[in-house]
Amino acid sequence: MATLEITTTVDAKGLSCPMPIVKTAQGVKPLPSGALIELLATDPGSVKDVAAWCRSTGNELVEESVEDAVFRFVIRKK
Amino acid sequence: MDEPINLVLFSGTDDRLQAAAVLAAGAAALGKPVNIFLQYWALDAFRADRIARDHGLAAEAGAAGREAVDALRQAGQASWADTLRQAKELGGIDIQACSLSMDLLRIEQDDLDPLVDGVEGVTSFYLNAGEGQLVFI
Repeated sequence: MATLEITTTVDAKGLSCPMPIVKTAQGVKPLPSGALIELLATDPGSVKDVAAWCRSTGNELVEESVEDAVFRFVIRKK
Repeated sequence: MDEPINLVLFSGTDDRLQAAAVLAAGAAALGKPVNIFLQYWALDAFRADRIARDHGLAAEAGAAGREAVDALRQAGQASWADTLRQAKELGGIDIQACSLSMDLLRIEQDDLDPLVDGVEGVTSFYLNAGEGQLVFI
């Protein structure tokens, strides 16, 4: 299995809603289509918010995990 | 093109402005256009020399509410002004001052924080609002 090549990491740990999504939207903006962006967040609302943001904007949620209360998402830009 | 989300901000307390900033930033992150119309005490809070001040909380907050808000702030929550600034970098957020409120409070556009894009009347606000949802805070 090929390892996913992350282009950008957005560290939104400690930030409350809606900043993880705002930072993700900012981080995705300059990237080319198909690029992978990683988001780290501690806001529990980000689980539903990231999924909703991806559905609404057409970006793809590729991976989702949680470790030590840090949520990690990998998103592929549309 | 998505219909815009239209927020009319009336209250000038930090909790209500924070709630409004969250709604605006969330919509901007989804790529929705956001029109913000500043009236009365909300407009007063956007004065350049007052925007960073403590604007108090709504009456229902009480002492426990004050404590909760302070704790979240100390944990690093962005202020409502910072939330709006970062969200504006995404594009799509337009903040206009209500011209009647400008007269009422004797404010000139130069007195306002650069977050505010301009001054308009209610007719222009409705025209830009189109068929989008309107929220009064």
